[in-house]
Amino acid sequence: MSTPSLIKDEVSEPPRPPGEPGSTDNRLSVWVLRILSALIVPAVLLLFFFTFEFLQDPRTNKALQIAVAIVVGVGGVWLLFWAMDRLVSALPDRMAAGVRPFVFAGPALMILGFYLVYPTVDTIITSLRNADGSEFVGIDNFVRLFTESTYLVSLRNSVIWAIVVPIFCVGFGLAVAVLADLLPRKTEAVVKSLIFLPMAVSFVGASVVFFFMYTFRPEGFGEQIGLLNAIWTALGNDPVDWLRLPFWNNLFLMAILVWTQTGFAMVILSSAIKGVPDELLEAARIDGATEWQVFRKVTIPTIASTIVVVWTTILITTWKVYDIVAVMTGGRDGTSVVAERMVTEFYTFRNEGLGAALAVVLLVVVLPILIINIRRFQEQEATR
Amino acid sequence: MTAVTEAPQVEAKPARARRVKDPQNSFRASRTPAYVAVGIITLIWVIPALGILISSFRDPQAIRATGWWTVFDELFDAGTWTLQNYETVLRGEGFANAFVNSLAVTIPSVVIPITVAAFAAYAFAWMNFPGRTALFALVVGLIVVPLQMALIPILRIYVDLGVTGSFPGLWLAHTGFGLPLAVYLLRNYMGSLPSSIIESAEVDGADHFKIFTRLILPLSTPVLAAFATLQFLWVWNDYLVALVFLGVAAPQNNVLTVELAGLAGQFGEGAVSLLPAAAFVSMVLPLVVFFLLQRYFVRGLTAGAVKG
Repeated sequence: MSTPSLIKDEVSEPPRPPGEPGSTDNRLSVWVLRILSALIVPAVLLLFFFTFEFLQDPRTNKALQIAVAIVVGVGGVWLLFWAMDRLVSALPDRMAAGVRPFVFAGPALMILGFYLVYPTVDTIITSLRNADGSEFVGIDNFVRLFTESTYLVSLRNSVIWAIVVPIFCVGFGLAVAVLADLLPRKTEAVVKSLIFLPMAVSFVGASVVFFFMYTFRPEGFGEQIGLLNAIWTALGNDPVDWLRLPFWNNLFLMAILVWTQTGFAMVILSSAIKGVPDELLEAARIDGATEWQVFRKVTIPTIASTIVVVWTTILITTWKVYDIVAVMTGGRDGTSVVAERMVTEFYTFRNEGLGAALAVVLLVVVLPILIINIRRFQEQEATR
Repeated sequence: MTAVTEAPQVEAKPARARRVKDPQNSFRASRTPAYVAVGIITLIWVIPALGILISSFRDPQAIRATGWWTVFDELFDAGTWTLQNYETVLRGEGFANAFVNSLAVTIPSVVIPITVAAFAAYAFAWMNFPGRTALFALVVGLIVVPLQMALIPILRIYVDLGVTGSFPGLWLAHTGFGLPLAVYLLRNYMGSLPSSIIESAEVDGADHFKIFTRLILPLSTPVLAAFATLQFLWVWNDYLVALVFLGVAAPQNNVLTVELAGLAGQFGEGAVSLLPAAAFVSMVLPLVVFFLLQRYFVRGLTAGAVKG
């Protein structure tokens, strides 16, 4: 695909615009049509979904609701796109060529604007206002976040999560990927499926799974039904309430996320390892390298970029973790994390300012990743 | 991140014959420790899930009285196994209703973003317009923006419109949150299709709409399936968005994750015996999808390893 230079393509002409006149029509009237055509599909969707009472009414038959949603969501949206395309075709050729891309891309951009861009700006503004948004308070919310112990605990925990979880996921994932590679093919497939399986389970579901690992009964209140305590007491110790054990409870919660995310690391790393060229490995072996040296000096450097991607992805997931903490402890006993605190503040305590400030903290940490991704995309476009 | 999203490489396949399966290989000696290590890790991964699978079929009183591992002593006793928990959970606790709700939320939340994203991806890949690269860079950036940024403003709007607690609000929210990744994946895939097929279609007089619907869309099935699988699991397993936008406004519309979290929140002895069955009801569909569409799921994951 031929692609013009980076951001400045308002002025650049593509070498080969498919089926369109050489220059783009950029008159004001064209821009008005572009914006209109981008708005119509989402507007009709919104109107339809939000004004028809029966879709709001909980008594409406759910099968009917789903059916309507699918008919509208697929058929209706297609029909809208098609109708818009026909309308644009009625315009003079040059004008039509200028407007049509916005018929195609516009609805997605409008929805993104409404559900992500506008809210991001709004949340940043909200974070500078008080609990009910009635007053501008500057950076007061952020000062509170970084001085009051309640929030410092959440911040500290989130940082620990973000360090510990990716290490264990990548570590276990890499170990299984490498070791399973040595086993017969069928065994390898079974092992990888089993470790990958928790990826399909919701964090809420995973939390329930681990409830039966961690649950605790004080001595004299019956047998331990949590596996961990059963083992622990069998070894002659007193039962422990793992989820209330200061500091350590955080690690027990992290184990749940490691359980679900390791499969992801394993699958991606495994395919990267299998992609390491044989010649490289053989050359190292002929030079007398031990298997461990081959792994350290050849395999790891070759798959380094994949490790970084996996690491980053798990880091982002971890940084935003909410469900596990909310379900297992509700953030009590020093287990609160930023994303969980955020929901507690704005949803339970109705403090929008603080909630927004916590959301901004979540965003700030992923900003470098966001920028790197955009840069990398631009480089790829430039070399395409 | 992008290398894996282009058509020819969407599935990261082993690039060569697998060396280590060769019995003559020097690696062979190191297999036993590998077996042991992999065995231990696999066991650690399986035991928690096995625990609740077994528990879900045990007598409710037994679940509360003894650990699930004790069933191995009474594996074939008549009273060991029962479906009673599933019956209670589905009928009494309303999980059958929640299951339908999850379907009602998930299906449109997968279908709508795919449709909207496919049109956009085509424009980004094969049409020229002012701001194209800048707008696509914005899409790339939005992939990692935490959806937490959207919760407060969107909830405020939904409250004003009076649409909290309704499915359409969730459909569109999930559409918005899923779109960046969808547009990104589809555009990279469509963009890597050979331009010759499009040129020849143009020569035959096809316009963009025809080229898109008759040519590009059918050719993009693998990436559409990959995103659909990813989005399905994402929406089905979502707890936060459903909690905030459906919330307490309409308990009869609660999805499975919210119901399950509610049941887990009771943590009373009565709830304990229902949790395993309830958890499995919530997991059964993702597990089926997982097993049937594992290939697509892996593709989606590999390609979308950057979602925010």
